[in-house]
Amino acid sequence: MLIADAFFYLFATITVGAAVMVISARNPVHAVLFLILAFVSSAGIFILLGAEFLAFILVVVYVGAVAVLFMFVVMMLDVDFTELRSGFLSYLPVGALIGIILLAELILVLGSWVITPEVAAHVATPTPPLTEISNTEALGRVLYTKYVYFFQAAGVILLIAMIGAIVLTLQHKTGVKRQSIAAQVARTPADAIEIKQVESGKGLL
Amino acid sequence: MMSVGLPHYLTLGAILFSLGIFGIFLNRKNVIVILMAIELILLAVNINFVAFSHHLGDLTGQVFALLVLTVAAAEAAIGLAIVVVYYRNRGTIAVEDINVMKG
Repeated sequence: MLIADAFFYLFATITVGAAVMVISARNPVHAVLFLILAFVSSAGIFILLGAEFLAFILVVVYVGAVAVLFMFVVMMLDVDFTELRSGFLSYLPVGALIGIILLAELILVLGSWVITPEVAAHVATPTPPLTEISNTEALGRVLYTKYVYFFQAAGVILLIAMIGAIVLTLQHKTGVKRQSIAAQVARTPADAIEIKQVESGKGLL
Repeated sequence: MMSVGLPHYLTLGAILFSLGIFGIFLNRKNVIVILMAIELILLAVNINFVAFSHHLGDLTGQVFALLVLTVAAAEAAIGLAIVVVYYRNRGTIAVEDINVMKG
């Protein structure tokens, strides 16, 4: 398993390095690109853990959609990002302090903690062996049966997010001439045409 | 060097989580980078879920990681939409200027 270990350290190093660059990059476009790198390398971590479907989803949804969305917004908004970075160094000490305290706490929890052997008896959905069915198929089999309500709820959340994003960003410009079909259909000859008798040799008015 | 197991993955998750929190403090003025730091935090949570799922042989962790992914995508979409609308109305996205709802 030496190669798998080497790949874990490779992916973990790239992920952590990219995460450091995301929060410290001078240019937000670079931050988005490093975010993509972090997602891709953590997809590698997921593959190492046998969660192939989640690795694919991570690449498709995050790299393909979310990161591109970030990129659009960063490039669309004409914001002076150097001005937003002012005070970066003054926030550094307190941020580093809180980050290090949090990390120390999390690592301390890891060090003094074991999984009770009884937990093996309470596994909710045992992972079938990868030699029999693939991870994607196994996930699909539980997702559409046992967790179908969660799946539906996730769909509803995405629908609401979509409607919310459209409602928020849709803008009606005033002064743009638009076609009003109702007004066109409601026209009658009586209010659209006026018939006048024109005397010969004279015009109207 | 000991063989890679659950503690390694959990340590990676802890480091990513702390980096996300650190990023929120570091980029206190830039709401876009704050959103990206939140994405990092959710990624750390996902790594923990999948690591436990692998270690315990339980597929439920991966189902929950999928739900976390969904919520993260929805959150990013709504958050960025709010940023775009705010920029359109106020011409700035600096966090300290976002105080219209303050009474």
